[in-house]
Amino acid sequence: MTDALPALDASRIRLVLLDSGGANLGSVQAAFARLGVEAPVTSDAQRIRAATHVILPGVGAAAPAMARLRANGLDRLIPTLTQPLMGICVGMQLLFEHSVEGEVDCLGLLPGRVERLPESPGVRVPHMGWNRLQPASVEAAAHPLMAGLDGRHAYFVHSYAYRGDTNALATSTHGQPFTAIAAHGRVMGAQCHPERSAATGARLLRNFLSLQASS
Amino acid sequence: MLARRLIPCLDVRDGQVVKGVRFRDHVVMGGIEELALRYRDEGADELVFYDITASPEGRSVDRTWVERVATIIDIPFCVAGGIRSVDDSRAILNAGADKVSVNSPALERPDLIDELAAAFGVQCVVVGVDSLKDADGEWRVRQYTGDPSKTKALGRRTLDWVVEAQQRGAGEIVLNCMGSDGAKTGYDLEQLAAVRAICRVPLVASGGAGAIEHFVDAFRVADVDAALAASVFHSGTVPIPELKDRLANAGIEVRRD
Repeated sequence: MTDALPALDASRIRLVLLDSGGANLGSVQAAFARLGVEAPVTSDAQRIRAATHVILPGVGAAAPAMARLRANGLDRLIPTLTQPLMGICVGMQLLFEHSVEGEVDCLGLLPGRVERLPESPGVRVPHMGWNRLQPASVEAAAHPLMAGLDGRHAYFVHSYAYRGDTNALATSTHGQPFTAIAAHGRVMGAQCHPERSAATGARLLRNFLSLQASS
Repeated sequence: MLARRLIPCLDVRDGQVVKGVRFRDHVVMGGIEELALRYRDEGADELVFYDITASPEGRSVDRTWVERVATIIDIPFCVAGGIRSVDDSRAILNAGADKVSVNSPALERPDLIDELAAAFGVQCVVVGVDSLKDADGEWRVRQYTGDPSKTKALGRRTLDWVVEAQQRGAGEIVLNCMGSDGAKTGYDLEQLAAVRAICRVPLVASGGAGAIEHFVDAFRVADVDAALAASVFHSGTVPIPELKDRLANAGIEVRRD
């Protein structure tokens, strides 16, 4: 299932996980550990600036996570970072302008609003389980973050998402489409949980770590 | 399109995976990590670990094996057994579980569901429902089913409890049909369909799987989101790769990558 890939040069990677509160940071750390990369959790500005790659994790709800970022000053630091940044699940939602979950203003690094997924007959919310990553366009499919992910299943568990397609690299469909993976320059987001998406998730994290600060 | 999930259920007792028939007479099936890895490799979509004696013994789950499982597997997993507070749940989620499942303690104190949903979001909160048809033809819930000597029949109708659990913040319902559990004659399609009709969140079928057709029926007839089973997976009677091929051939969306 895993494609043969050149080894990651972990010695050149200095990854940090931003402290957005919530549970389950351990799973993200373990996923990077399986790739041979340490992933310390921090809210220390100096340490974050020195990192080559930054992950904004998030489990739970948008409002308490934003409150945590405001309390530890990361809401002001994150927009000034220049290295590749990827938000995961609620961490991705925080990158947008606003979330209707708790009606909270977010970081505004990606345009758009996070909305509740609509329920309909046969379409249950929370969206819980494995769904396909569909490239949003030919250009999107060629983005380095998308290498090896076309049509693969990733694990999702959420009730809210960005339902537009601006900056979408991949969409998934649960009744209606929503953005599953987004990228705008150095700012990226994954609505799925790569740490719980088996080989597909490992590939996504690996792709992220392969990005250079300039890309 | 969302794939239907296959969930091996690992009943944990004294640090090992066990299996009983009709919730009794447990035999050891293997080590927790060994089985977790085996199922992950075979293509299980998710795992559930039930500490089956925690609730009757009035204790919470031992979190050390939760941490070990979280480190070695890269698919989601849920932990159940004796979780009776937000603090219990936080310990399990911080140890790396993706979801917690509450059953007996939620029947004792239904506010627990509201508290967990508020603290962690509904997506982390699974409500397990042990249900049996009574002589009058009504399905009613049971409590403390991990220990037959302590199992209690409650007056609460299963359908009423499923509605209430959702209102309180259940993000998923696991319906354990005790009448068919361990019998290998198929899921209780009648009961699952009745619960499906009132269940707006994901519904997981549990109890009775004995052959591949039973999974096809659960998805096709009862429209459940996931099917949970233990002994047919433990014994190898239903290999997960073959099961997924057969489901796909029947037009049911599954993950095979």
